[in-house]
Amino acid sequence: MNAETMTVFSPKLAARFDALVLKYPLRRSALVPMLLYAQDEIGYLSDTVIAEVAERIGITELDVRNVATYYSMLRFKPVGKFNVQVCTNISCMLSGAYEIYERFQEELGIGPKGITADGLFSLEEVECIGACCWAPAIQVNYDFHDELKPDLVPGILSGYRGRAEKRGTHA
Amino acid sequence: MPRLVSHPDEVKIVTRRFGQGAAKIGNYIKLGGYRAAKKCLVQGPDWIIDELKASNLRGRGGAGFPTGLKWSFVPKQSAKPKYVLVNGDESEPGTCKDHLIFLHDPHSVIEGTIIAGLAIGAKLGFIYLRGEYRYLLEIMEKAVADAYAKGFLGKNIFGSETEFQIITQTGAGAYEVGEESALMESLEGKRGVPRIKPPFPAVVGLYGGPTVINNAETIATVPHVIAMSAANYAAVGTARNGGTRLFGISGHVERPGVYELPMGYNLKKMIYEVAGGVKGGRGLKAVIPGGSSTPVLLPEEIDIGMDFDQVGKAGSMLGSGGVVVIDDQTCIVEFALRTISFYQHESCGWCIPCREGTDWIKKSLTRFHAGFGEAKDIDNIQYLAENMLGRTFCPLGDAAAMPILGFVKKFRKEFEEHLNGKLCPFAKHVEVAVV
Repeated sequence: MNAETMTVFSPKLAARFDALVLKYPLRRSALVPMLLYAQDEIGYLSDTVIAEVAERIGITELDVRNVATYYSMLRFKPVGKFNVQVCTNISCMLSGAYEIYERFQEELGIGPKGITADGLFSLEEVECIGACCWAPAIQVNYDFHDELKPDLVPGILSGYRGRAEKRGTHA
Repeated sequence: MPRLVSHPDEVKIVTRRFGQGAAKIGNYIKLGGYRAAKKCLVQGPDWIIDELKASNLRGRGGAGFPTGLKWSFVPKQSAKPKYVLVNGDESEPGTCKDHLIFLHDPHSVIEGTIIAGLAIGAKLGFIYLRGEYRYLLEIMEKAVADAYAKGFLGKNIFGSETEFQIITQTGAGAYEVGEESALMESLEGKRGVPRIKPPFPAVVGLYGGPTVINNAETIATVPHVIAMSAANYAAVGTARNGGTRLFGISGHVERPGVYELPMGYNLKKMIYEVAGGVKGGRGLKAVIPGGSSTPVLLPEEIDIGMDFDQVGKAGSMLGSGGVVVIDDQTCIVEFALRTISFYQHESCGWCIPCREGTDWIKKSLTRFHAGFGEAKDIDNIQYLAENMLGRTFCPLGDAAAMPILGFVKKFRKEFEEHLNGKLCPFAKHVEVAVV
């Protein structure tokens, strides 16, 4: 496959990757950011994503998989459009993180690692996200929400539902 | 947006530009920014390293290694290019100080990186942020682009003949990458598995070249040391512990937050006065003084100064400065289980004592907390932890073992209260612990 002619990425991301591999003293240094940015666009690291990244860096697909499986943010299956990540590590746990986590499960009607039927939300428990002094905290995709209480959960979810609808009308 | 806090006892050096729009380069310059880098360009490497040594600045990542000394280990002549690597992988549970630095004062990180580059003779620096900090990476990237546009970075920094470039990098979720050799592996596009030392990074580091790796807070402190003079900076702290520290106080306190206090500030005062005391006026059970890997302190052990040496003498570590306060309604067995679950999740499996130790301690504590423990489990958990200490390439093994040893030794009675089929006297989340 020729990465320049048959790309799985948008023209914008493909152009970004063209520049990224040349930025470092060693081409391979682009691998981890490239995998994350690819995942941001495609949703997960599919076989075709892995094949194209391998091609672009100039390493084997096995090598790409070997690296990708190390990093906890990288995934090989789709998640919801909005991936809710609830930190339950010590500072958040002491501040009621499990109540937050339970409330998300109730409101979304899904369990840990679940995806809602409409594909809009997924839910997972994550390790420390670096918001300990503003606990309990979560991330929805890359957005932080901190100083949470269980009763704030419905409002957070409806905010993202609204965002999805807005995007829908523009599409 | 993370809440900013303030207390009269704070000495605002590193945080003095917080909340003042210093992410914009114009504001940063107005607030005195980039003067230190220009001064260092004139004064040269030996002067910079001497200043850093005199400042008693010690590494803010956790180990507390003297920064000036670290920089002095880099050979002056090197066949391979030298590098500066800023560690913003901030992942130690209880720690969120670098989060605020990237958010409020990204140019201080850039300026510190330039100064480190000048000190060791590097032409390229990397600023590595954990993957979860995407919005902060975007702030850093904008700041770097602005610094290039002003000519503060590039082939001729500040109009001189000196070159210095900066590349920002994202991680993708890995606590272990906060360890310096694992960080270099990650930046080289590999699994973040640690390297054996020696050779140390100052001699053989990134891409095989001599490399200085510093925590983001350390780097952000450097321009302030230069600006206020090493002597003035050192005078703020205690002996061999210069300046201030960004203490992140979290858990059961009335006013959690990141406070910049002089090194050596009393821990008891920090909890009861600065952070407003234990939440709801409840009793204090325990304090984690420097992130989840540091051994627990009992209420009678917290009347100590918070610097590397005094906390070390008290049997724990100053670590990352993440103070986690635990009230008397908390189950220590559950807390220990949550702690080891984290390290088990983050262990890369490269070193067997860490891979097996974290897993077996997690299994034992899960069973124990669920009410199926046996008396011999307590000794066995301690035995497992003791056999991890010092037997791994990187400090993750120690980071997992040390807090567990602290909990078992200092709260043995509470472990025993879970025996003989008795339900946990505190926990509401036994079912979660089995996950």
